[in-house]
Amino acid sequence: MTQGFERAEGGRFTVTLDEVERGLITSLATQLLDLVTPPHSATSDDPLAAIVGNMDEPVAAPDDVALARLFPDAYRDDPESAQDFRRFTEHDLRLEKCARARSVQDSIVTNDEGDATFVVDEESALIWLGFLNDVRLILGTRLGITEDWQEGLESMSVSDPRIGLFHLYDWLTYIQETLIQSLTGD
Amino acid sequence: MTSAPAEAPVLPDQATEFEVVTDRPWVTIVWNDPVNLMSYVTYVFMTYFKYPREKAETLMRAVHHEGRAVVASGSREEMERDTNAMHSYGLWATVGRD
Repeated sequence: MTQGFERAEGGRFTVTLDEVERGLITSLATQLLDLVTPPHSATSDDPLAAIVGNMDEPVAAPDDVALARLFPDAYRDDPESAQDFRRFTEHDLRLEKCARARSVQDSIVTNDEGDATFVVDEESALIWLGFLNDVRLILGTRLGITEDWQEGLESMSVSDPRIGLFHLYDWLTYIQETLIQSLTGD
Repeated sequence: MTSAPAEAPVLPDQATEFEVVTDRPWVTIVWNDPVNLMSYVTYVFMTYFKYPREKAETLMRAVHHEGRAVVASGSREEMERDTNAMHSYGLWATVGRD
């Protein structure tokens, strides 16, 4: 079981993950990519639209709760401004989150058995930080996480099918917290 | 070169009624959510806005306890940029009027 991130010499950070943990991270990255990859980028015939999205098309707020949380309306009481903002920002935000997931995924691809230790510089650590937060937002929204969710977990039946996901969420939270502490020197 | 008038020029009456148009009527608001860690929100405020730790923690606590906090103010364009950055970090942010 990983101890999370630790600060190493030379402004670097290390994390040791076993095979199962590496598999989880890789799988979560794949799921993020499936969910967040912009709908137009892969299929558009227009090379410019593939890069920036089709800015002429209005972009509706996502129906999916996790996507709605990742890409919230920027204006609460002004649907027109919210839509304009979304039209100019959501595509790039989606690409950014996908790039982070792909980067993390690429960095831990290994077929070795047992523990593997990864050493990352600060730039990569920040990519991990954003990725872990995105994945927790997706998972937390799907699970309907509340501020006192840990109390609920204690009283949850072991046969509850969601219990594994709650533990996964807890695990991701732990890793993210260790990374923040490593970055801030706390 | 020019010199100042010998006497203070008399302004027309309506000049005193001019509204001073400021370019800072917009704000970025961060809203509380149950997923983002308090340490992470503080870290984002320190990293992105370059706020000292004390101010970042005060804002984080305001978000946590009051449900929302104004974290920046400026032109609409600046606030949209900040809100976009907050979304990139995964914080729930909106643009609003002061």
